[in-house]
Amino acid sequence: MQTTTLILLLLAFSVIAYQFGKRRSLVIVSGKVKELHSLPSYYGYLTAIWCGIPALIIFGLWSAFESTIITHLVVSHLPETLQNLSSNRLSLFINDIKNLANGGIISGEVDAVTTAAAEHYNNLRYISNAALTVFVLGIAIACAAFTAKSISKEKRARNEVEFAIKVFLIICSTIAIFTTLGIVLSVLFEAIRFFRVVPITEFLFSAEWSPQMAIREDQVGSSGAFGSIPLFTGTLLITVIAMCIAVPIGLMSALYLTEYATPKFRTVAKPLLEILAGVPTVVYGFFAALTVAPMIRDYGAFLGLDVSSESALAAGIVMGIMIIPFVSSLSDDVINAVPQSLRDGAYGMGATKSETIRKVIIPAALPGIVGGVLLAVSRAIGETMIVVMAAGLAANLTANPLETVTTVTVQIVTLLVGDQEFDSPKTMAAFALGLVLFIITLTLNFIALYIVRKYREQYD
Amino acid sequence: MSKKNPNMLGNSTATRVQAGLKKRYAKERRFRFYGVLAITLSLLFLSFLFINISSKGYTAFQQTFIQIEVYLDENSIDPEGSRDSNTLSSANYGGLVKSSLRSLFPDVKKRKDKKKLYKLISSGATFQLRDMVMNDPTLIGTTTRMWVPADDDYDMLMKGHIDRTLPEDERRLKDQEVAWFDHLIENDQVKKSFNITFFTAGDSREPELAGIWGALVGSLLTLFITLIICFPLGVATAVYLEEFAPQNRWTDLIEVNINNLAAVPSIIFGLLGLAIFINVFHLPRSAPILGGLVLALMTLPTIIIASRTALKSVPPSIRQASLAIGASKMQTIMYHVLPLAMPGMLTGTIIGMAQALGETAPLLMIGMVAFIVDIPAGVTDPATVLPVQIFLWADSPERAFVEKTSAAIMVLLAFLITMNSLAIFLRKRFEKRW
Repeated sequence: MQTTTLILLLLAFSVIAYQFGKRRSLVIVSGKVKELHSLPSYYGYLTAIWCGIPALIIFGLWSAFESTIITHLVVSHLPETLQNLSSNRLSLFINDIKNLANGGIISGEVDAVTTAAAEHYNNLRYISNAALTVFVLGIAIACAAFTAKSISKEKRARNEVEFAIKVFLIICSTIAIFTTLGIVLSVLFEAIRFFRVVPITEFLFSAEWSPQMAIREDQVGSSGAFGSIPLFTGTLLITVIAMCIAVPIGLMSALYLTEYATPKFRTVAKPLLEILAGVPTVVYGFFAALTVAPMIRDYGAFLGLDVSSESALAAGIVMGIMIIPFVSSLSDDVINAVPQSLRDGAYGMGATKSETIRKVIIPAALPGIVGGVLLAVSRAIGETMIVVMAAGLAANLTANPLETVTTVTVQIVTLLVGDQEFDSPKTMAAFALGLVLFIITLTLNFIALYIVRKYREQYD
Repeated sequence: MSKKNPNMLGNSTATRVQAGLKKRYAKERRFRFYGVLAITLSLLFLSFLFINISSKGYTAFQQTFIQIEVYLDENSIDPEGSRDSNTLSSANYGGLVKSSLRSLFPDVKKRKDKKKLYKLISSGATFQLRDMVMNDPTLIGTTTRMWVPADDDYDMLMKGHIDRTLPEDERRLKDQEVAWFDHLIENDQVKKSFNITFFTAGDSREPELAGIWGALVGSLLTLFITLIICFPLGVATAVYLEEFAPQNRWTDLIEVNINNLAAVPSIIFGLLGLAIFINVFHLPRSAPILGGLVLALMTLPTIIIASRTALKSVPPSIRQASLAIGASKMQTIMYHVLPLAMPGMLTGTIIGMAQALGETAPLLMIGMVAFIVDIPAGVTDPATVLPVQIFLWADSPERAFVEKTSAAIMVLLAFLITMNSLAIFLRKRFEKRW
């Protein structure tokens, strides 16, 4: 039976179980609800939960292990000679069997052994499927029936249902941890495999990056060099340019909006600024590549400068524009948190507004602002689409913003997009870069949050 | 003396203040000006971005069509007269279209020129003709006039993106080709009309046949998966953390994790999808179910944080009132707190979904950059999404794809603005102060 049909069937069973449990609880007390411990609907929910959940768990476990067990059974029926193949060859052969069983194209000849194995495989799958259907539905009915039978006046159905809900809530809240774990594991394992091939010292301290690996033994000039320094300097260069745009503009906008602007102007300007943050990064990338970069190149040519058409400047400027609202809304919050009494004190001393801002508000809000800027930096480092579309691919070790540089995220994308085998250093390098990126952004965030939190304690 | 001294002192202070005041006021004005400048600059950037995109993209909503007259020759379509659909679909319509073009310009004789002439109209004309004949076989044997899309180069010429004044060898269209096209214009055989293809077709290598419908459906399917995963998960997590969780190391760990996840670069989530969902769980590559899963994990922190804020803003008196009349804690939350917090949660969810709609980088990692022509029919079909379609088109060398890209961006931005306004509307509509 199809997976979806089975799940829908289980759902339908649960609905029936709900009705059944509810009715049964009413029958037991012959309609006098107040004699029951819980409301009738809770007895229904309880029956439905017992009908659906155990069956679903069994279904999940079965699906997870089905393929391994069946493959194992098929292999154990193969002739000795085939069973003794090396694990690589054997897995290829098993693939062939599966493809043949599904009616697909296989790599080798279709011979009697393969056909027999494929038939065997199909048989086993059919049996497993039938057994699963019967078993799961049987469990569902049995559990529901057992629960319905156990319904009595004293049964604490509400408490049990609430316990189940609470367990569900707890499981949901652990998803965040599993996601983090998944991220760490996925990048860490591949990165460790990469560092077995390329020493970590070369990766961190060498200045040459050319990730082409030789496909054939005798190929010339594709030995592959995995020194990540040019990538990090490139990322840094673009980030610095972006910050030079975003910090002054973002900070001044926040100061103006909080200290000078009328409430009316503020309610219009603030959402408008925030639109900048809502524009998808791919749009900024397109804008940078097709409008800003040619503009800078033409302007540079006009001044007699040799500007690359994929200059770091174009990517940096556009990224800076993207980050403006980020800086401004974070500083907005901390500036607003500066107590009015500080301002009043400064005005009372005869200070002008700008003097108050410069001498009182900015120093008071400085930790928060620095924290916000650090968060913005980590965002710029991790930003992908703008640099993929507007920055170059060549790993240049340069501090000249008019030249083309490449960044960590650009390299991750170029290494992983397209067809790749998953055990070449080239693809694994992307995960190593991902790991470093993850560590850097997390560290920046930790520092930023630490600074922001420490600052907050001063006025609360 | 005693009168003079303070006077003198006052005088000198006053003069010093007076002298400094001008400077201080000038400084004040400058500072204020910088503030105005900063805001003006950012708003200028914003309007420049929007104007730039829409001025490039609005022309894509129109398309150039050329009228041709095709003689549907029975001998070449269906020589046996069986009207069998197989015969009809495999007939040589391309030949018919070509001969109709030849009859338009009878003086074109050279092979090379003829080849150029055939490029006047889109290759999609052949399929259009086939579909027409298959829908109405009685047309066979007659001569029909039909409007077919012009090739993208002529479309560009019509829209003025190709400069006729440039020297011939710097132009994509040579003098002869421009002359043919002008001849057609003179005979009223060229028209510009609304570009339906752009909204109904999938991707194509031919700009004049490419559309965003496939990407739009892919986006909707992906967002649907994202929503059904991250909304329940996010709300459940928020409810647990806000209402039930004890203050201990475990819940601290969860909270730190959620805050961290909100700050992880999106491309890392793509790596997660690639390494875990594809390589370990063997989910289908390029499918909305995979994209939705990855985006859901990415959006989860946004929804959790928004939901917790919404839960926090429900006053304790409501909880206490409910508890006081004998409801259990779970009943209080289910029947009183959650409904009151729901608008806030929905607002956060819409904002999270808007982020997910515009996200591209993680989807590149999980293979959603494939060239896909078909409209996805389910969540396991290979699909692409709107931002990725924009990315792909932005990479295409043809001039005509620039306007398509800009137009697709306009559609995407329209969606985003709609979603964000909906969120603002919801917030305004249900905002309660207790």
